[in-house]
Amino acid sequence: MLTFTIRRLVLAVPTLLFISLVIFLLLELAPGDPMAQVPLTVPPEVKEKMREALGLGQPMHVRFWKWIVQFFWIEPQVLIDHYLGTSFSAGDLRVISWQTRSPVMDIVIQRLPQTLWVVGTAYVVATLIAIPIGIYSAYRQYSWFDQAGTFVSMIGFSVPPFFSGVLVIVIFSVQLGWFPSIYDTTLKVTDWDSFMAQLRQMIMPVTVLALQITAQTSRFMRASMLDNLNQDYVRTARAKGLSEYSVVMIHVLRNSMIPVVTVIALGVPAIFGGAIITEQVFKVNGIGQLLITAIQANDLPMVQTLTFIFAVLIVLFNLIADVLYGVLDPRIRYD
Amino acid sequence: MKTKTLLLGAIASAAMAPAAFAERGSDGNVSILYWQAPSILNPFLSGGTKDVESASLVIEPLARYNEAGELVPWLVEEIPTVENGGVSEDLTTITWKITPGLKWSDGTAFTSADVKFTYDYCTHPEGGCAQVTKFEGVESVETPDDLTVVVNFSEPTPFPYGPFVGGESPIIQAAQFADCMGAKAPECTEQNFNPIGTGPFVVDEFRPNDVITMSANPNFRDPDKPAFATLTFKGGGDATAAGRAVMETGEFDYAWNLQLAPDVIAEMQEGGKGVPVAGFGPLLERIMINQTDASPNLPEGERSTAKHPHPFLTDPAVYKAMSMAIDRPLLVEVGYGQAGKVTCNWVPAPEAFASTSMTCDTQDIAGANKMLDDAGIVDTDGDGIREKDGVPLKILYQTSTNAVRQDFQALIKQWWSEIGIEAELRNVNASVFFGGDPGSPDTFQKFYADVEMYANTFNGTDPQSYLGNMLCDKAPRPETQWQGENISRWCSEEYDALHAELAQTAGLEARAEIAKRLNDMVIEGGAMIPLVHRGRLSAHANTLGGVILNVWDSELWNVADWYRLEGS
Repeated sequence: MLTFTIRRLVLAVPTLLFISLVIFLLLELAPGDPMAQVPLTVPPEVKEKMREALGLGQPMHVRFWKWIVQFFWIEPQVLIDHYLGTSFSAGDLRVISWQTRSPVMDIVIQRLPQTLWVVGTAYVVATLIAIPIGIYSAYRQYSWFDQAGTFVSMIGFSVPPFFSGVLVIVIFSVQLGWFPSIYDTTLKVTDWDSFMAQLRQMIMPVTVLALQITAQTSRFMRASMLDNLNQDYVRTARAKGLSEYSVVMIHVLRNSMIPVVTVIALGVPAIFGGAIITEQVFKVNGIGQLLITAIQANDLPMVQTLTFIFAVLIVLFNLIADVLYGVLDPRIRYD
Repeated sequence: MKTKTLLLGAIASAAMAPAAFAERGSDGNVSILYWQAPSILNPFLSGGTKDVESASLVIEPLARYNEAGELVPWLVEEIPTVENGGVSEDLTTITWKITPGLKWSDGTAFTSADVKFTYDYCTHPEGGCAQVTKFEGVESVETPDDLTVVVNFSEPTPFPYGPFVGGESPIIQAAQFADCMGAKAPECTEQNFNPIGTGPFVVDEFRPNDVITMSANPNFRDPDKPAFATLTFKGGGDATAAGRAVMETGEFDYAWNLQLAPDVIAEMQEGGKGVPVAGFGPLLERIMINQTDASPNLPEGERSTAKHPHPFLTDPAVYKAMSMAIDRPLLVEVGYGQAGKVTCNWVPAPEAFASTSMTCDTQDIAGANKMLDDAGIVDTDGDGIREKDGVPLKILYQTSTNAVRQDFQALIKQWWSEIGIEAELRNVNASVFFGGDPGSPDTFQKFYADVEMYANTFNGTDPQSYLGNMLCDKAPRPETQWQGENISRWCSEEYDALHAELAQTAGLEARAEIAKRLNDMVIEGGAMIPLVHRGRLSAHANTLGGVILNVWDSELWNVADWYRLEGS
């Protein structure tokens, strides 16, 4: 298992380098102008000067190399400096956003908490709800509970968050006035009141996101349980006289969890990626909103860095899913 | 007599009460919502409205425009003019006298050196300053003493109020930005996010593209202002959500630029927590009339050029009748509601420059028909369409794809059909229409149609360069790669001469006089049909007082005067 992990990690390096090149080229070749948001009253010559000030005058390969150096060499130094108080990175130019002229990684760090709070909570809540629903739906297939679960899942799947988000805002913020429609990112949880305020502003985005994730995960869980419930070993277990509880919750559940765990693990990078639409609707202003505004403003260093971080996370969680697979299923051995 | 004076005094002071008794920081927090989030608080590095306006809470210019588009002294004692000796007789220098005793928010003195530094900072060749046009024509900036700034222009400048005037040209602190010149400008994150200013607020925390928290400037020049102790400036989302947060849920006090349909605004207003306010700049929705023949039968390179005049649209009877047939109040109601006004002028604002010689607020189909009949342009073959010299009055009417514009097209087509003019409608994707690609036949500059509709405006309050758009040599043509601002290809020697006179004239009244005449010549000459004077719509909470919407400068120009209304 260890050799497998190490081999996969080594292999990830060229993969990630290739991904970063592809992202860079895609952004580079796509039409777009970082000066597009500057008003029409600013003349073209001035815009050209501004582009040069951003470093756009340099050839493509030079800019790619600069980004590689900044991201893989200078940014880790900044991190070390931050924790150890050293000064390796003093004077080096970091990855700078074109919109804000400030280091991209600082903004990412600043945005992570709200994304992790909202999207992460939604993920945990959704998983906790989805697994029992999936188990019970499969165990009582075609019961009214299963039918209702299918119905809710279908709604969760098919209603987009730009609709469900606005719907809950209109009902709970505008009509009832229970929850704020705009997320306050400056709120610090220090006492009971601020904790309640945080809870109130998180309820709506978390609900909207959780509905979607629950729909997906509960369907997986149900399908996987159904596959196992009809297996011979289940009949054997029952024939031995085991209780229904231990048949379902121990024998069937453990076997059914294998594909579900993979799905859950592969979904984790999406938490860091944020939820672009839901964040916009509720003004959570996390990573997802950061990415979409960077794309709109053609802020290439920001988009490049963010998408690359996502790529790293996806590669990493793929590996974790594979390893978990081996842990859960003793038949699978990588050596 | 004495009692009366006393009583009047008492009434006056009662009316002034909310402002007079307020002291700095007594009204708690004010929250502002911009659906575009600010990325940086240094307007010299961005130029986006969201960045300029958020920065205007902190850094200020020497003078700015008020809601009527008039210059008001801000960090100076008075507006320099030729009359008070502030502008030299030959119009090449302007001398600003800084108000004594001004302080930056860090407590240091505001001096002329800071003003000169701002000029050096923005005009540095490697800086990529977005506002460098503000300093166009400036030869040098001198500082004879701490409170005097002299700006020298390379040639006579009748309107010398470009540099250091308005929200786009604020003063930054020399001490803070000294190490941020030129290529180093983008690296100064700390400075760009937390500029030190003279404005009513100081930045506590700046979160790019998200939220800014500010608190009252302890060194602000007016000891009683601002009334709010703290300010939250949130960004992001969309215009609908912003309007909802102010007018329906009441979570925010002020929402910027709500470009929404009139019925959506009206519905939100029923929420009862806030009200929309409209302000009008010079933005004008108009129909441009092609003076040249755009017929596809002409060879490429000659279509829509001065070589072939239009067969009937240059006839005053035709374009005047077309204008008379339009019901402008209905267009305003359908398309813009509170954010629109009827206008007959190319320059509808500022007020000093808006001509009052024409009226056009009532539709007159009968009058239009009579005018065409009298001119001998009648329907000779009985198909319902008039002919002029045998050419039927059939026109191609194009615009960009946009719901309001398509409604306008349909209405105007109907009205024109009632006076015997048939219009074929066409709409082009906005990115193509306004894209300016000389290879495309569908751009508004190429104008391969008879009439086209769009909106345009100008920056600041002086329309000189905007009026220059109608000069003969500004016509787009093959030789200029179809670039140019004279979209109608309208040409008048008399107009060109009068515009040259404007460029040599100083003094607001004289300039306004000429500008109005130029405006009337263009409308009377049939270069365009003005439709709707479009405004900007923002909303503020019912409990927020002192808001005066200003479209000539930053919308937040008078935030120091905002206060919380009693009983809330």
